[in-house]
Amino acid sequence: MAPVGPRSGDAIFSSIDRVNAELFTLTYGAIVRQLLTDLEDVDEVNKQLDQMGYNIGIRLIDEFLAKSGVSRCVDFKETAEMIAKVGFKMFLGVTASVSSWDADGTCCSIILEDNPLVDFVELPDTCQGLYYCNVLSGVIRGALEMVSMKTEVTWTRDALRGDDAYELQVKLLKQVAEEYPYKDDE
Amino acid sequence: MQFFGGSEISPSPPVPTASGNNAHMMYVFNRNGVCLLYKEWNRPLHTLNPQQDHKLMFGLLFSLKSLTAKMDPTNADKGNLGVPQLPGQGCSFHSFRTNTYKLSFMETPSGIKIILVTHPKTGDLRESLKYIYGLYVEYVVKNPIYSPGSPIKSELFNTALDQYVRSIS
Repeated sequence: MAPVGPRSGDAIFSSIDRVNAELFTLTYGAIVRQLLTDLEDVDEVNKQLDQMGYNIGIRLIDEFLAKSGVSRCVDFKETAEMIAKVGFKMFLGVTASVSSWDADGTCCSIILEDNPLVDFVELPDTCQGLYYCNVLSGVIRGALEMVSMKTEVTWTRDALRGDDAYELQVKLLKQVAEEYPYKDDE
Repeated sequence: MQFFGGSEISPSPPVPTASGNNAHMMYVFNRNGVCLLYKEWNRPLHTLNPQQDHKLMFGLLFSLKSLTAKMDPTNADKGNLGVPQLPGQGCSFHSFRTNTYKLSFMETPSGIKIILVTHPKTGDLRESLKYIYGLYVEYVVKNPIYSPGSPIKSELFNTALDQYVRSIS
């Protein structure tokens, strides 16, 4: 039996059930709105969104792997491409591009031209410090942690704050080796 | 855009070629060696207590994987035996067969290990294990009540799994 290669983001996207994009956007907006009311502090909201994203990411990775048929990536470069081309397409219906690699290949930028989370959104003056889409950085961090890559994900450009696109910087801190989990034979 | 809900599980289940239940037992482990699930269908002999049994199975797979990678004649890039590898590094095996049973094994990059022990005459079960992984995603990972890393208690998952495994020949 020939091994089945990874499926393209488009193929997966068209084969799974989806919800209405506006419903999704508005639901996310309602969550952010509620967090702002409950926590009353923009930095706390950023943290909370990141944590929510992380919790999503550690589960999302299994769905991603099961449906995409991806078995392994040779290096971090391929991983980043996979997130941008397959991951974003599969779960958000958009594709992102990867650029700005550093010399060691451990740090890059993922750029989103089109971001379905921010339709209908304008940041009021009181929320200028808010990273509205901070859930996404958490998702990437959580998902990569499950495949043994510790990363740091930060927003470097945010169109809601006046930039021309959405840009996430993904930095690989370390890859964790597979270890025998039991201490000794007790 | 996609959310919870009854999306189809891919790949669709391979068609069973004959009827009858050939499965002995099944294990699901996570990367930390926690046995998320143990099920048995036909296991006349128990020699160890369940904890020891799970640990032994996990240890067997861990060592065997490390040995198979060490013996790989096609790959120069291998460390010393027993030195931890990065996930996805080195080759891996997918089954072995003895005169009394066959063990099929799948490991995902996220560290989930699915092991199915069946009759020695069972065919290639790689697609079946992928399908079981799909079941795990639909019924366990997407269940908001389930906390990752804890043993699986989902009735739905159990039923779906039992039904499917019984259909494998």
